[in-house]
Amino acid sequence: MSERAPRVPRESGRFNPREVLAAAKEAAVAALVALGLFVLLIGVRTDQGPTGALVIRTRFGALAAIVAAVFVGRLVLALARHDARLSIGRLAPAALRAALSGLGIYAAAAFLAFALIVPIVFYTDRYLLDLAILIVTYTMLGFGLNIVVGLAGLLDLGYVAFYAVGAYSYALIAQHFGLSFWICLPLAGILAAFAGLILGFPVLRLRGDYLAIVTLGFGEIIRLILLNWQDLTGGPNGISEIARPSFFGLPFNSTAHGFAATFGLTYSPTHRIVFLYYIILALALITNWVTLRLRRLPIGRAWEALREDEIACRALGINTTTTKLTAFAMGAMFGGFAGAFFATRQGFISPESFTFGESALVLTIVVLGGRGSQLGVAVAATVMLGGFEFFREFEQYRMLVFGAAMVAIVIYRPRGLVATRTPSVSLGARTDIPAAIAGGARTETPA
Amino acid sequence: MSAAQILNVEHLTMRFGGLVAVSALSFSARVHEITALIGPNGAGKTTLFNCITGFYKPTVGRLQLTHPDGSSFLLERLPEFRIAREARVARTFQNVRLFAGMTLLENLLVAQHNALMLASGFTVLGLFGSRAYARAEARAIDKARYWLDRIGLAARADDPAGALPYGAQRRLEIARALCTDPVLLCLDEPAAGLNNRESAELNLLLRAIRDEHGTSILLIEHDMGVVMEISDHIVVLDYGVKIADGAPAEVRNDAKVIAAYLGVADAEVEHAEAEAAP
Repeated sequence: MSERAPRVPRESGRFNPREVLAAAKEAAVAALVALGLFVLLIGVRTDQGPTGALVIRTRFGALAAIVAAVFVGRLVLALARHDARLSIGRLAPAALRAALSGLGIYAAAAFLAFALIVPIVFYTDRYLLDLAILIVTYTMLGFGLNIVVGLAGLLDLGYVAFYAVGAYSYALIAQHFGLSFWICLPLAGILAAFAGLILGFPVLRLRGDYLAIVTLGFGEIIRLILLNWQDLTGGPNGISEIARPSFFGLPFNSTAHGFAATFGLTYSPTHRIVFLYYIILALALITNWVTLRLRRLPIGRAWEALREDEIACRALGINTTTTKLTAFAMGAMFGGFAGAFFATRQGFISPESFTFGESALVLTIVVLGGRGSQLGVAVAATVMLGGFEFFREFEQYRMLVFGAAMVAIVIYRPRGLVATRTPSVSLGARTDIPAAIAGGARTETPA
Repeated sequence: MSAAQILNVEHLTMRFGGLVAVSALSFSARVHEITALIGPNGAGKTTLFNCITGFYKPTVGRLQLTHPDGSSFLLERLPEFRIAREARVARTFQNVRLFAGMTLLENLLVAQHNALMLASGFTVLGLFGSRAYARAEARAIDKARYWLDRIGLAARADDPAGALPYGAQRRLEIARALCTDPVLLCLDEPAAGLNNRESAELNLLLRAIRDEHGTSILLIEHDMGVVMEISDHIVVLDYGVKIADGAPAEVRNDAKVIAAYLGVADAEVEHAEAEAAP
């Protein structure tokens, strides 16, 4: 066989010697790198000796084991690359993939049905109910950010700012004016939308990386204002004793006028948790409904067109300024609703809850789910937050698992879990647009 | 000339730092005519287009657009989206700019954004499923379907625009511009990259647009076959300066045009150099 023989899938598992040699060489190089890396990290260790002085302890056995593991792993990987039987295409055949993509609508329905019965199934498990509330909150944040990032293609790294504005708006209005949750909720959304407009104006001319940096800065500015404006926000002490939502005027407590007493139930703190769960689920579903609806309206199509080619949009008479601002305001409004909910659920908020990490988490959910895909966002939120909790017993290693999962997704599904795009309107049957064509913006000057 | 002018360019100059891309250019394009802009590469044709469609603000000069109904716009004072929306000047781009991930139908609906936006009550009525919006959308789809039929792509309405072959993408971009109901259509090299059969079809399409829809066309083109066959009026630019302006037959025989395209004889160069030497 010549050196440049095409790599055809082979039925037999035998390798030719040249390939094995090449793979062994590659593995040896990897092992050498591992040796260099780990010789000080693992091979040598300083401990306190019996006299209290530091002594050097060598662990060459462990070092050898790690280097050997790297060698074998790399060898297997290199050989697998040459053998088509082990490729991803073989592992998930085209027929299976086609079947899976057709399942989208059923998956969404099943997901929704499950979300509706969560409090009934897990009624006795307070921990799981709290987790479910957390997941749905982040799903809602993901839906909101999806408008900005997924539809309009504006990379926003400071989304948590709107979450914070919503939370503080609710807390402050409820405390100072004694208004109920249901009146404060829309106010919080409106104030967050205003914050979105304020952010939108200065960043209108920015794109890509520059936009990302400025939005990141905006997120930090909001957090620092909350931290330093002691008179209004209480600074690092935050705001506590935030009013809880009531069930049409019936508070969730053990008094005679409470929810439980009115309906003749035995008082249980779980009632309020279940109620909160359904509030956030309803909010998330409203966000989802509005987003799906907007996608089919001219404004939604203009957002997507903006993501595809801004210059072409302007040549078609679309006012890109107002189009971008509406995207920011819409996304911010839903972030504000989620923030108000967060405040009422926690009963206590402080700037610590609104760090960059939150923005990054929501953005990760959107990117992993597939920008523009609602189902993808819901699945990604469940997998991410559920995964965090599930791997809690692995302690610090769960970040390692999380990182590895991230790398795997980036390699195998670079455009997210649901990467196809459903057209907003069609003459015939609606068919999804494959990931390779969907997305991908161009930003040069016109020629 | 008896025909009314649609576009009147007066003393247009566009400077980029020290570079003068277009210099004191004046010409006019008439209603219901195809006006071609030709000239060697770097003559300033696309710069002129960017000035007309508002992507560049000219350094000096006036660009007056007059609609057939008499209303008039000074294009150098309008931002680009208002030139498209109010002055109703549509354009295509030299390197095709479609919404690649969206379907052909969606591309043509985005072009009707402003009309649909109004019909959807700036999203509010549309969000609650107003009947009026549903009817407006149906009309917009009908219009899109009409233009897809005209460019021969009706069967691919639900395919993503990025999946089309190059020639079809060019036609789709023209159809998208036409969906904005323009009075002046600016086409930047519509025949570039097309084969002979495709450019013959393009000629027919452009003539039909002019004759049936009364749209005036301003065209940049290098394909002289297309230019000479369909233009009513040709303006020739070289180094940002107008060197000829007239009917195709006149321009074809103009000595300056021939010199700009083919260069001049050696004897003339030597003569000029001898004069320049001290």
